[in-house]
Amino acid sequence: MSKPKSSYLVRGYLELEELPPKPSEERLRKKSVAYIECPQEIPCSPCLESCKYDAIRMDNINDPPVVDYEKCTGCMKCIRVCPGLAIFMLRIRDEKGYVTLSYEFTPWIEKGQEVILLNRKGEEVGKGVVRWVLPPHRNDKTSLVTVEIDKDLLFEVRAIKPAVKVQEG
Amino acid sequence: MRLTEHPIVEFKRGRELIIYFNGKPVTAYEGETVAAALYAAGVRIFSRSFRFHRPRGFFCAIGKCSSCMMEIDGIPNVRVCKVYVRDGMNVRTQNSFPDAEKDVYGVLDSLVDRFYPHGSHYKKFNRPKFLREVVTKQIRKFAGMGSPPKTIFEGKGAYEEIKTDVAVVGGGPGGMSAAISAARAGAKVVLMDENPFLGGQLVKQTHRFFGSGRHRAGTRGIRIAQILKDELNQLGNIDVRYETKVFGIYNGVVGAVEREKKLLKVLPKKVIIATGAYERTLIFENNDLPGVYGAGGVQTLMNVYGIKPGNRGLIVGSGNVGLILTYQLLQAGVDVAAIVEAMPRIGGYFVHAAKVRRLGIPIYTGHTIVRAIGKKKVEGAEIAKLDENWCTVKGTEKRIECDFICVAVGLSPTHELLYQAGCEMKFVPELGGLVPLRTKYGETSVRGVYVAGDVAGIEEATAAMMEGRIAGIDAAIKLGYGGEETVRLREEAVKDLGEFREGPFGERIVAGIRKVIIGEEEVVNSGNPNNTSKIADEVAKEAKA
Repeated sequence: MSKPKSSYLVRGYLELEELPPKPSEERLRKKSVAYIECPQEIPCSPCLESCKYDAIRMDNINDPPVVDYEKCTGCMKCIRVCPGLAIFMLRIRDEKGYVTLSYEFTPWIEKGQEVILLNRKGEEVGKGVVRWVLPPHRNDKTSLVTVEIDKDLLFEVRAIKPAVKVQEG
Repeated sequence: MRLTEHPIVEFKRGRELIIYFNGKPVTAYEGETVAAALYAAGVRIFSRSFRFHRPRGFFCAIGKCSSCMMEIDGIPNVRVCKVYVRDGMNVRTQNSFPDAEKDVYGVLDSLVDRFYPHGSHYKKFNRPKFLREVVTKQIRKFAGMGSPPKTIFEGKGAYEEIKTDVAVVGGGPGGMSAAISAARAGAKVVLMDENPFLGGQLVKQTHRFFGSGRHRAGTRGIRIAQILKDELNQLGNIDVRYETKVFGIYNGVVGAVEREKKLLKVLPKKVIIATGAYERTLIFENNDLPGVYGAGGVQTLMNVYGIKPGNRGLIVGSGNVGLILTYQLLQAGVDVAAIVEAMPRIGGYFVHAAKVRRLGIPIYTGHTIVRAIGKKKVEGAEIAKLDENWCTVKGTEKRIECDFICVAVGLSPTHELLYQAGCEMKFVPELGGLVPLRTKYGETSVRGVYVAGDVAGIEEATAAMMEGRIAGIDAAIKLGYGGEETVRLREEAVKDLGEFREGPFGERIVAGIRKVIIGEEEVVNSGNPNNTSKIADEVAKEAKA
């Protein structure tokens, strides 16, 4: 057996030290920014093509995307098309963290709802409140959900699930 | 078990009707296959194996395996996953008594090998002659292929001859792209598919596709099927034949059967074969137990017919199919116990793995499935760690609670038609099995016979569409259609595909293709493709008679 090149491929999630460079706190406070967790060379480029601000760099279709956080306006075009659901919009406002992520499960999440926060391993790390939702019908069934969370969890929270388990029919 | 709510798919079920399974009424919906309806009704044992009468269940759902063969309205050995329900249909399990569920011959499973080891039937009961006759009859009943048909076809067989420029076999992403490209360049096209719908396996791909925007990345597979179909319908020069099974290519003449009734003799100038692939299985104890399914079979059941495969699954294989299936199961509200991967690392795209990992699904790399647990259906599974020599490590066995197991260990090209057409074939592990030699435009060693999609080498739908495009354009060009612009389009498509395969995921494919690529000069003229071969003539004559 050959030794794996990248350890994230052994585990299926990124450890903190494997994450792409983080935007500065100053930038995060200005407006929301796209943070792409897509470290592997795969032939995929919709994010690059969707960006109107030339903020994503990718010389070859197989290159992992690199975001220029100063050019990124937080317009959310890329998060809407990413087939890997690997893009997260991050922001800090009034000492609160806001993460926007893709959500493709029923029942759909609604604004104001309390949700359980999950990290990259699927462990529960706290609770958050949904502050904004792009309804699924507006984006071919991929809903976008912005959750208000603890500022320190901005690079931890990567998934959510409804706080109240809905009874299955 | 039928889903009413799904985040991505809206299931439109037809009118409710009744079919009879071993005499008992079962509710079904128009548009469902018999296999889907039976599965939804809780039937898990579809057939019995010949020798040991072991229970066999649903597996591939697309007519590639033989696990689901039953007797329908008196006709034996029908793949029930390929037959759509009709009101009052009579479905029976075969080769069992009283039925496959409670087959008394199942006792043979523990007896046969003790008394009749493999090969013993050559020696036993040979003398006296009368005994041989009696015993042979009985053995054939036990290990049979069902009873002979009780109904005889009495209709008049129809026959049609179709002259065309290009015949495309297979209406999946590769075949549809090939038909569209050839037709756009001006060629007259006949597109044949065995299903009553186009799209091939795209119809169950609910996820967004990868690739470049130009090749519809970011769009869901199910939508791509619709987009291709719309494009196809806009072109007036494509004749689509649904439910049409191509059974052979004789000197360039394509023989097919349309809707089980009509024999087609298609006389094309070029043939493009895009028959796709079938699922592989894996060897482990009890791998034939009902509940061990092909990953694609589960996708069909769940995403096309809206039927839950079970409550909790174990996924074997972490390639993109396994990872995507896991996510799709969660979307359908089905729990996934774990993903098991024999390799030391995840085989598919990391982002697909991350998607399920952050929802708490464990991925065991360097592990394998040891056995499926259960008597008549899966009640659990045992997995274990693998050492450097791919042997299981003692003491690492772990029981996984699950009620179904999905085998997602890759595909093999559906190569039979190419073989039969006389194309030179080669076994290339990088491409998934037996594949034909071909030029960079997809033409095989037989002039006028092209290949595109998974049958040319296992990749995925985006590459299949690119290959189809190249083959379709080239076929049209060689027939004298299109001008410089068409040639430019072809070269651009070849370049696109090259770029698409440049990354590490393409390395293996490129290495495989290097082994089968031939120059234009190596394509042999196997005679004028318009010549009708003797066999095709004979078949046609018979049909007419």
